[in-house]
Amino acid sequence: MLELSGRTHRDGDLAIEAVDLRRRFGDTLAADGISLKVPRGSVFGLLGPNGAGKTTTVRMLTTLLRPDSGTARVAGYDVVRDAVEVRRRIGLVGQYAAVDEVLSGFQNLFMIGRLYGMNGAQAKKRANELLERFDLLEPGKKSVKTYSGGMRRRLDLAASLVVSPPILFLDEPTTGLDPNGRAATWDIISTMTKGGTTVMLTTQYLEEADQFAEQIAVIDHGKVVAEGTPAQLKARLGKSTLVVHLHDGMTEAKAIAAVTPFAASPPAVRQNELVVQLRDLDQTAEIIAALARVGGNLDQIHIAKASMDDVFFELTGKNRAQEGVAA
Amino acid sequence: MSSVSATSAEATFIPKRTSGLGKTFDEIRVFVWRNLSHIPRMPERLADVTVMPIMFVLLFGYVFGSAIAMPGQVVTAESASFYRSYLIGGIFVQSVVFMCITTAVGVVSDMKEGVIDRFRSLPISRVSVLAGRAIASLFEGGLGITVMALCGLIVGWGARNGFGNAVAGFALLAGIALAMICLGIYVGQLVKNPMTAQAIGFTAIFPLTFASNAFVPTDNMPTWLRAFAEWNPVSSMVQAVRYLFGNLPPIDPMAAGLIPDRVLPWPLQHPVLATVIWIVVLGTIGMTLAVRKYAQGKDR
Repeated sequence: MLELSGRTHRDGDLAIEAVDLRRRFGDTLAADGISLKVPRGSVFGLLGPNGAGKTTTVRMLTTLLRPDSGTARVAGYDVVRDAVEVRRRIGLVGQYAAVDEVLSGFQNLFMIGRLYGMNGAQAKKRANELLERFDLLEPGKKSVKTYSGGMRRRLDLAASLVVSPPILFLDEPTTGLDPNGRAATWDIISTMTKGGTTVMLTTQYLEEADQFAEQIAVIDHGKVVAEGTPAQLKARLGKSTLVVHLHDGMTEAKAIAAVTPFAASPPAVRQNELVVQLRDLDQTAEIIAALARVGGNLDQIHIAKASMDDVFFELTGKNRAQEGVAA
Repeated sequence: MSSVSATSAEATFIPKRTSGLGKTFDEIRVFVWRNLSHIPRMPERLADVTVMPIMFVLLFGYVFGSAIAMPGQVVTAESASFYRSYLIGGIFVQSVVFMCITTAVGVVSDMKEGVIDRFRSLPISRVSVLAGRAIASLFEGGLGITVMALCGLIVGWGARNGFGNAVAGFALLAGIALAMICLGIYVGQLVKNPMTAQAIGFTAIFPLTFASNAFVPTDNMPTWLRAFAEWNPVSSMVQAVRYLFGNLPPIDPMAAGLIPDRVLPWPLQHPVLATVIWIVVLGTIGMTLAVRKYAQGKDR
């Protein structure tokens, strides 16, 4: 695992702290030792491809799933031993709308308010406030069955905010939304975070994590493969991508032999280029020297500035170079 | 709690800690309200407990009644009229036993909906979701029994064993319904789609209700079937209900020497007690399994 952030946090500052969470489903290790630290009031992104273990992690942190081993504290409370205390302090927006499909929008919000211990009048008032805020006043009396995907999502979000929890979990909150719905959802979440709510969001969208999360953990196959700010991730991994142009004087075999000692992962060949992820940026000079010895020159070597895409594909083991050839 | 309504969405709010029985009852009330609020938006859900039993009363009452007489009787207009009274007890029990299936189907659809995840992530008691569902189902069952009783009165049925026994009869039906609802809540959490729940329910419950004394007397059944039918809990339930409503055959065919003498199994000799035992046993099993399953959560 790449520990990119040098910051340490006092435990009291942490909204979420997970230590070595594991959970198995049959033969699959959905979470294989997940450890996370999320400072209070921050927006934390859990980035990973489908099936990486994001949802399993969120379900463990929100008390919906018991970890096989490992511990997690949310708002300072243990998710297994003090599950009820955790539930008082969290809101959850899942991948699908967690609302009653038969009831109306109003009835859904009213019900949640009552379940949080509000009396009828308080629950009614809060339900109407939220309907107005999420632009659902008009359809509020209709059954959720008649709602569009975007309306459902907004209602779902509203239902998570009935008591404005200090910690909000958003599991792929914009999956299945059109660009307008996505933008609207993000507007609402941005407003929330300004008020000091800690947000943990999972996403497959790189630009979403890049744009909104202050801190990102990239997870794959149930493990955290990298952690840091978006800038740190990009800087670290982006600058260290070396591309060598292959030609008669610089054959593939020669180039691979020269760069392999410095490579973080096996070099990949893309058309007439060799793409190498470097272990350490400081070794650039030595690599150039090594390449020069086998016949390369500086015109045919360049260091690429990568995007979040590169970071993601590099970390999750999907060889972008190979995909490029196939396409 | 006034801070809740005054709070803007941006400020955070932790609901005050309330626990104990009062809070749980309040939660159950909300879940009963939730389930009953579904009815006006999906009235077809009530068809199972209203239209179906009426059809059974009319179809079985008049079709079978024209051909079925109690052992020792001959088929006459009088025997047909008696059969309809006799049948109602069977239909009462059949309809409350079927609540196992309707509840299971409802629970499967409910568990499929994401809203259950929301309930699980709320600071509420885990039993209140299930208790609310059970009580709402009981209301539906009560409505069904009322409709059937009215329909029965029209075709000549009546409670003829005194007011106290009639009340006890309805109470017994409520008990059976509750036990079956608890089993239904468990089954509904086991399976993944409503069709499966329905298929399992019908496969298990159809033979139970038909291989019993619910629709015809067991006396003339083949020996093996009769043994099954007479030990079948449905038979004790039906017998108990018929006894409490005073709908048993006017002449005991065995005492009158119309059929060979034999010893009835214990549950049919003490049908009310046997039914109470079945209610307690099935209800406890159903409730325990249902609550445990719900507490385990769904693993995906």
